[in-house]
Amino acid sequence: MSDVESQIAEWRAYVDKAPAVDDRDVDELEGHLRDQIAELEVAGLTADEAFLVAVKRMGDLDTLSWEFAREHSGRLWKQLVLRSEDPPARPWSRGFDALVFAVAAAVAIQVARLAAQFPQEEPGWLLRNAGLFVLPFVAGYFARRRHLDTRGWVLTAVPFGLAALVVNLYPFDEGSSTELLVALHLPVLLWFAVAYPYMDGVLRSHERRMDFIRFTGEWVIYYALIALGGGVLLTLTGLILEPIGANLPERVIEWVLPSGAAGAVIVAAWLVESKQRVVENMAPVLTMLFTPLFAVMLTVAAVTYLVSGVAGEFDRERLGVFDALLLVVLGLVLYAMSAREPSQPPGLMDRVQLLAIAGALVLDMVVLGAMVARVGDLGFTPNRAAALGLNLVLLVNLAGTAWLSLRFLGGRTAFHRLERWQTSYVPVFAVWAATVVVVLPPLFGFS
Amino acid sequence: MHIDKDLVAAAATPLVLAILAEGENYGYAILKRVRELSGGELEWTDGMLYPLLHRLHRLGYVTTEWRTPPEGRRRRYYAITDDGRAALAEQQRQWVAVTRALGDVWRGPGGLLMTRGEG
Repeated sequence: MSDVESQIAEWRAYVDKAPAVDDRDVDELEGHLRDQIAELEVAGLTADEAFLVAVKRMGDLDTLSWEFAREHSGRLWKQLVLRSEDPPARPWSRGFDALVFAVAAAVAIQVARLAAQFPQEEPGWLLRNAGLFVLPFVAGYFARRRHLDTRGWVLTAVPFGLAALVVNLYPFDEGSSTELLVALHLPVLLWFAVAYPYMDGVLRSHERRMDFIRFTGEWVIYYALIALGGGVLLTLTGLILEPIGANLPERVIEWVLPSGAAGAVIVAAWLVESKQRVVENMAPVLTMLFTPLFAVMLTVAAVTYLVSGVAGEFDRERLGVFDALLLVVLGLVLYAMSAREPSQPPGLMDRVQLLAIAGALVLDMVVLGAMVARVGDLGFTPNRAAALGLNLVLLVNLAGTAWLSLRFLGGRTAFHRLERWQTSYVPVFAVWAATVVVVLPPLFGFS
Repeated sequence: MHIDKDLVAAAATPLVLAILAEGENYGYAILKRVRELSGGELEWTDGMLYPLLHRLHRLGYVTTEWRTPPEGRRRRYYAITDDGRAALAEQQRQWVAVTRALGDVWRGPGGLLMTRGEG
């Protein structure tokens, strides 16, 4: 190997170390370097001189890899690491922050539980406020982590204050279905309130919205893992404690389960923030595994429903099942999106995913059509209105996704448009959750 | 003359798109064309071209393909798309408006060019 060749190899090895620069990019940069060297040699420079000039022209490699990381943020989801201004030297202090907020949430939920004398009593206010005992601490954790100023902290707190007022001033009938709906939708709404501090207060940025979508997806994975581990721990503890006292396991679970579940919300958020790379490898695997399975299941189901006309028999109270189905498909779409390299051309997986979306859409529309045809019989109940509304919100999202995927597969649009569609749609979900919490209960007289 | 780096950054996208509108090309040749067009006054560090090209690709303004020409090295070629042409047209409108405004104010009464002319 000549001297220059070994110098180029060394340079290449150095560039290769930058995590956001992949092999093809290094090939491209190396090609550029070689073109430049060749031209300088023709102009009369020695090989050594030409190499030095070419490297100098290429620019400072740290700046360059930073630029690559900024452009290919999705590739490694690096920008949060890059954006943070903190010295990286004190990772433990961040973990400590998370721990403080997690313990605070665990204590808050425990105080609320004792005040309500749950589970002996099951007052409605405990259920309605459940989200408010936990999610403010997540928001606080991010507000602290992002070093928000006073205005940022105030704006972070406002939605929580408003939600607390609405939920506690509305005169709900005890055990009514509007109350249950609020209990289900409030955490979702507050999750969007967490987006404000998470996104550093820059709600308009599509890139940060994508970050928040990724964060949500990976948080779900971490939370599920923690829940599984916690479940095993609690079951074993219960079995071991049983000989000591007959109702001892129940007592332990009463104390440990709510606090553990609340604390885990913040711990999972902290894990996503600090261990991004681990899950980064998991999301693609999960998508690869489940997208084809769902595609098969949904296609078969859609065809069966269409052929047999069984949709008319579907119990309208179980529209929620189809909401869950669309949510899962949307989840798969979003996981695939966050794991995908945006500049790759359409591949087999994109087709399989489109098949899954199409199956879900057909299935949903068949059932929805059958239900709308009969909705005149009994009119709307709060549950039906909420389920139908969510269904429409998801349906529009997936129909848009399907349409754009089709165009993307036909090479008529860039993948970027699909991302834009999802990031633009985020507020719709927030608005819908807010509608269920704020508008629906008075509309149905808090029944 | 040294051109301010913010100005260079702002001009980079329309310049690269305009060069690709002349025909598909690869990174090194695009950069040479930039030097040629600006008489060497518009300089940016070579490496920065590539993140820019990748961004244009992500936005769907260009397509890319690795190809080995009959004589020469394997290279990644970039070609402009219809979306890219539309973006270029939009950028053109904006730049024409800016240069017209600047031209007017510099030529106008009491403008910079007059003062220099008198001095």
